[in-house]
Order: sequence, then structure tokens, then C-alpha cells
Amino acid sequence: MSAPVLQVSGLTKRFPGVVALDDVSVEVRREEVVGLIGQNGSGKSSLLKILAGVQSADAGEIRLRGEVIRPRSVAAANQLGIGMVFQEQSLLPNLTVAENIFLGKDHPATRRGWYRWGALRTAARAQLRKIETDIDPGTVVGELPFGQRQMVELAKVLALEELVDVPLVILFDEPTSVLSGAEIEILFRQIQRLRERSSVVFVSHRIEEVLAVSERVYVMSDGRRVAEEAAGAAGMEELYRLMVGEDRAEDYYREEARAAANVDDLRLSVRGVSAADRVADVSFDLRAGTVLGLAGVGGSGREELVRALFGAEPLTSGSIELDGHRASFRSPSQAVEAGMGYVPAERKLEGMLAGRDLHENLVAASGTQLRRGPWIDRRRERPVVDEWLARLKVKAPSPRVRIDQLSGGNQQKVVLGKWLLSDRLRVLILDHPTRGLDLGAKGDVYDLVRQLAAGGLAIILLSDTLEETLGLCDQVIAMRDGTITGRFEDCVNDKPESEDLIRLMV
Amino acid sequence: MSPNSVPNAATATVAAEGRTRQRRGAGDRVRSLTPGLRRLRTWGPLLILAALCVIFAVASPRFLTVDNLQTIANQSAIPIVLVCGLTFIVIMGSIDLSLEGAMAVTSVVSALLIANDVNGSDLGYLAVLIGVGLGLLFGLVNGLLYTKLRLPSLLVTVGTWFVGLGIAALLFPARQPRISDGSLRAWSLDTLLGVSRLVFVALACVLVAYLLQRYTKFGRYCFAIGGGEDTARLSGLPLDRVKVAAFGFAGLMAGLAGVMATTRLGVGSVEAGEGLLFPTISAIVIGGTLLSGGRGGILHSLVGVLILGVLSNGMVLVGVDAYVQQAVQGAIIIVAVVLTTWHARSRMRVIK
Repeated sequence: MSAPVLQVSGLTKRFPGVVALDDVSVEVRREEVVGLIGQNGSGKSSLLKILAGVQSADAGEIRLRGEVIRPRSVAAANQLGIGMVFQEQSLLPNLTVAENIFLGKDHPATRRGWYRWGALRTAARAQLRKIETDIDPGTVVGELPFGQRQMVELAKVLALEELVDVPLVILFDEPTSVLSGAEIEILFRQIQRLRERSSVVFVSHRIEEVLAVSERVYVMSDGRRVAEEAAGAAGMEELYRLMVGEDRAEDYYREEARAAANVDDLRLSVRGVSAADRVADVSFDLRAGTVLGLAGVGGSGREELVRALFGAEPLTSGSIELDGHRASFRSPSQAVEAGMGYVPAERKLEGMLAGRDLHENLVAASGTQLRRGPWIDRRRERPVVDEWLARLKVKAPSPRVRIDQLSGGNQQKVVLGKWLLSDRLRVLILDHPTRGLDLGAKGDVYDLVRQLAAGGLAIILLSDTLEETLGLCDQVIAMRDGTITGRFEDCVNDKPESEDLIRLMV
Repeated sequence: MSPNSVPNAATATVAAEGRTRQRRGAGDRVRSLTPGLRRLRTWGPLLILAALCVIFAVASPRFLTVDNLQTIANQSAIPIVLVCGLTFIVIMGSIDLSLEGAMAVTSVVSALLIANDVNGSDLGYLAVLIGVGLGLLFGLVNGLLYTKLRLPSLLVTVGTWFVGLGIAALLFPARQPRISDGSLRAWSLDTLLGVSRLVFVALACVLVAYLLQRYTKFGRYCFAIGGGEDTARLSGLPLDRVKVAAFGFAGLMAGLAGVMATTRLGVGSVEAGEGLLFPTISAIVIGGTLLSGGRGGILHSLVGVLILGVLSNGMVLVGVDAYVQQAVQGAIIIVAVVLTTWHARSRMRVIK
């Protein structure tokens, strides 16, 4: 067994309110492919980004061939022989393929400030030949389909082979999510070829892919490295269980509060819905007073599906009926008007009015019941706001506090409360509602979800963990690659095994 | 298919087939312009220019005369020089509003250094160089304030715009300096092939700007910054240097435009550039360069200047009321922006 090329020890990275990496140590040896698996937010992307010079760590050290390094940019990491294949985000869409491949690299064709386009294109064509594609290097990247952009990303990193004369360490961040089957084969062939003189770190949601290319696998969960396994020895379901964490006490999810007999009116009926090129022909029914869990890994299409239901993405086909009426939402505001609510996963980006106080955030989605004509009367709203802050158990000194000054859990309660205040709410979509919350706050959110369902609301839940899905939901639908792979209609009396669910997801 | 009655095992097999289909679909997916739309964005401004020429040629027999085309060329010379510099700034996604200030300073200073009726200096062509150099300095100051203080370029250049006007007013002597250097005056008024030599200066600027844009790291990096500054930074590009250089070049062009205006008018004036900022930015936008950066170019801006030039000239010939002319110019800008950004609309995009 050869000596490690890359040694990461005690790496820690904090963002306000979140620990992205918690004392993580990994090793990559010469001519080895190492797999890295974990859920969204488990820290695997943060780890890659620090290695590739995109972010810097708060603590810990990285040793490359024995020397401590701290790459400050992708270009600096490239100089050291570390290259990262990003998920299509490191390309400039308005420049040509050739320019992108050599951007920031010291190449003879652009030396001394002058571009010699002929030489640059020839050099780019040589790189593109490695990935068996005939993409014209003069094409502007923005005009390529996503799969081809991903391949250009690959070519961009492969170009380091000729430009840097040390053995490379190449990091792949979810490279397969937009590739076709044939493209994935080319990618795997390149990884096998690279292996002969380089080291590779491969990250994917798809455990079977990771097992297929890697010799060793690290499992990450909640910012920590929770396991290291030889790829041959590890079973897929065992790895998945390591990824999602240990089972917790069942009553934690307030299962006893699930409604045994549901209010029996059909709230939402989805038929043959396709959207955003990621969701194909999905149908389901949702009854009032029930919680429906959508289970799936990254790329399963469940996020795109709920965004389409909420009018944030256009439907390419299919139909939606809300309370028996045909609904086609051309924008989220139409969906809200009709009684849909959506608590997004990106709380900071889409769910809250950062910089505004709790009061404003709470009443942001309520319509006319708090208003008199076009005017906003804060005094009239105040008692309602106070009551709800108490009911939601929001820990804040006053409703005038800015929402971004609260902890993540309290922020999430306010964001949920925003929808609870709306008297026309019919269906509520919760997209990873407990992500990044501590245990106590999670419990409060579970209580709220149960209360809402008991009150007759229909809820769609997308969760990070299977335990949460199985503990909270009355029905579960498993999705994979944009289609439904299985349904569990009566989780209250006939709880599905998590193994069955995993098999349908991966 | 009833959604509630499908047994799990059966769904799983169906889904396995669906999966390969879905995968392939993802690889083939195109979320970009159709070739037709792309061509429209590239060639649209030129089509608008051609259409305007046809309309005015039909409407007025005087439009397509050599005399009139020479007039349009002469009037466009200074705006063309200005867009040569400003286009690089706009491609980066920044803006420079200070060009009228830069022109004011260079106009007053160069008029006072050339032989004039206020003081005894007589530096001749050296004064032209000094004026242009002052413009460069002005632009470099803009660029340094922008990059080192990390202020938005809009605010920095609104500030330096008025600082420039203030400096020019301070330097302005008791009475307006008239240029008495006969050879300089003659050089800018003489015609070559029927148009002012300043038109050839402007075309030389276009050539230089085009070479910079197409064949130098400076030009390509301006596009990179406009296409995605974070990506450009991560790729290790020297962003601050490129930005300072772009503002320096824009200042240089503004200085040259200031000197051109001075020799053409024969007087140094604080108002040398007055009213040129808005048409310059409009021309760049109409030509198809996005204000958000990343797309467009110097030839687009040249077409934009000509569209505005032909439009105002043609409307005068046809006898359109002056206020209506302004309204038409405004409408053309809106149409141009809609044409260049139509594809970028999406439901969740925030427009500010």
C-alpha cells in the first residue's frame, strides 16, 4: 500500500449557525480512487471546495505530498496539481469552450497577453478528444446542453495533465447528475485512465456508482466522517444507513399523534405531471388531514416536482386539481392565491424576508383577513402576531427583532408560521423543514406539522432522513430519477421497512 | 393509470425503464437560445439600422445624399470614441457615468495649454497628448476607487463626474479660452474624403478597441468578469488589474473625446461633454451589449451609435417635433433591451 498523497486532518469549517465540517480527516493515496458519500449538507461538498481552493478552512491542515498547503484559489490549487470537476458551475457561459478550458491557466497560446485563437482551439481540441467528443472548441458554452457542459468541465481539469508536471489529485463533485448513460461510461473510462498516474476523489449521491469506481469509501454525515470502508466489503444498504444516521426513538416524531382515520376529502390530485426535464409522468392523490412523504435521493426529482406544483417551474405536461378544480399556476403568487403554501429548503434565499422583523415575516403571506383595504395596520395585526409567536414557541425578545438575528430553528418556526396565519391555506409543501435545526427545534417543528394535519391541512413533506419520513407521514411515495418507484398508502397501520424504501430510492 | 392501486414491485420495474429514458433526456437537454433567436440578438441591431435607413430614404429625398451621410458621420465621431471605452466597462457589468466630468477637465486644460487668447502657452500637439493623458489618469482614479474601496462603480463615477465638473470650473479662467493654434484647428476641421479627420480618429479607436476585445487577455477577461465574476476570481484571473485597466481605457477615450470636442469647437469649455452620457450608454445598450455584462461588444456599440445618429438625423429631415424625437429614442431603447434580454426571462428570476 503506497503512502498517502493527500492527508487531510482535523479540517473544520463553520458558517454562521452551521458547522459544515467538524474535525474531518481523510487520506488519499497514490493512484487510488476514493469515494465520498453523504446526503445534502453532510459536508462532502465543503470538503472538496476547501481542497480545490474555493473556500478556506477554519481549522485543520491539508498536506500534499507531505507539505502543508492552503490553496487560495482554484488557479492556485491547479498549480499544486489539484483539480476539481465542478457541477457545471465553474464555466463562464459567455466564453467559448476553448477559452474556458484554459481560463486562468498559463498556456502558450495566450502568453504575453495576446490570444492566438488558432493555437488555442487546436489545444482545446486535443483535450476534447480525451473525452471522445466532437464539441467545436469555438462554441460559446452557454449554447451547450448541460451534459456537454459537464464534459467540458472534465476536459478543463484533464488539461492540467499537460500543464502541471506533478501527479494530479482530481476531485469529482457529483459529476454524473446531468450526464447520459454513454457520457457516464466515458467519464468512468477517464477515471480509470487517470488512476494510472493520479489520485481521484469521487463524490456522488448514487451509492452504486461510487462503489463501481472507488476502492475505498468515506461516509459523511452532519459534517463528520462517520465511516471508512473498503468498497468491496461495504453493502449498499449498510452505507445508506450510515449516511442517514442512527435510528432514533420512535415517539420523537410524535407518531402517536398521527391521525388514524383521515378526513376523507380529496385535496390535491396530480395526474401525469412532467416538469423541468427532471420529473416524468408523476401521479398521486393527497387527502385533507394527511402528511404525504416524498422519499428520494438527490436527482430523484422530488424537489423539482414540488416546485412545479407550486408554480415555480412550468409543467411540461399533466394536470393538477385542487379541491376538485383544475389548477394551473403560472406563478407562485397564483398558487398562494389558490391556497398552496411552500416552505423552501433554502430558508435564507427564498423563505424569509431577511432584514425585516418577525412581525412582517409572519404576516407576509396572509391576505386580506388582516388588512383593511390596501393599508397595512400593524396595531391591528399585533395581537395576532403575539399569539402566534407564543403558539410557535419562537424564542425572541420582541416581534420587532429582525428575523436574521434568530437561530435557525426559530427562523424556521416563523417561516412555518407565515403559512399558518393564512386562512386560505389548503396544501402546505415542506421542503426539508428541519435541515440544520437542533433536536429541540426539530421536535417543535414535528409538533407543528402534526397539529396542522390534525386541523385538516394536507401536507407534502420532503425530508433529509428516512426516520423523519417514516415517523411523520401517513403515506410515502418513493421517487428515483424523476419517476415514482413505489407507494406506501397506509404507513400508520402498516409501517414500511426502511430497507424496502431504500431499495426503491437508490 | 390510477395512482393509488399500483403494486410496488410492478412500479419498480416500470421505473427502471423510465430511468434510462430519463437519463438520456437529461443529457440531451438544451436550455439555450434557438439558432434563430441567437442570430436575431447578434444581427438585430444591424437590421434595425438598415430598416431605419430604408424608412428615411423613402420618407426624405435628402437622406441618402453624400452630404447628409457625411453629416451623420461627423456627428457620430465623438460618440463613437466614447463608446469605444465605455463598452469594456459595460461588458464587465460595471458602469462609468463620469465621462462628462473627464471631458470637462480635459477640454479646459487642453485649451489652456494650446495657443489661446487667455495665457501665453503654446504646447501644440503636446497639449493634445497631455489632455488625453489627463483622461487616462481620470479613468485610473475611477478604477482604483472602485477596486480598492470596493464601492459600486455607479456611485464612484457619479462622484468623480461632479468632481470633474468642479475641477474644470475651478480651472476655468475669467473668460472662455479660445484656441488660436491655427494648425490644430485646421486639422480637426479639414476633411478627408468629405468627412472630418475626427471620423478617421474614431474609426482608428474602433479598430484598437476591437483588437483589444478580441485578441488580448484584457479584453477576454472583461467578458469573463461580466459572465461570472466569482468564477473568474476562482480561476485566478487578476480581476482588479483588469478593472483598473478598463476604467483607465474608458478615461483615455473620454479624454480623447474631450480634446476632439475642444479643437472642433475652438474653445475650452466645462460643457464640452454635456448631454453625451445618456446617448453613449443608450447606444451601447441599443447595440446589444447587456448592462448586466458578459455579452455584446465594440462593433455592437458602433451600430448603436449609428442607429441613434441616423434616427435623430432622419427625424429632423422628416420634420418630427423635437419632443416627439426624444420619445421615439426612448421607445427604441426599450425595444432594444427587450430584444436582447427576452430569452433570459424566467419565473423565479429577480429583476431590480
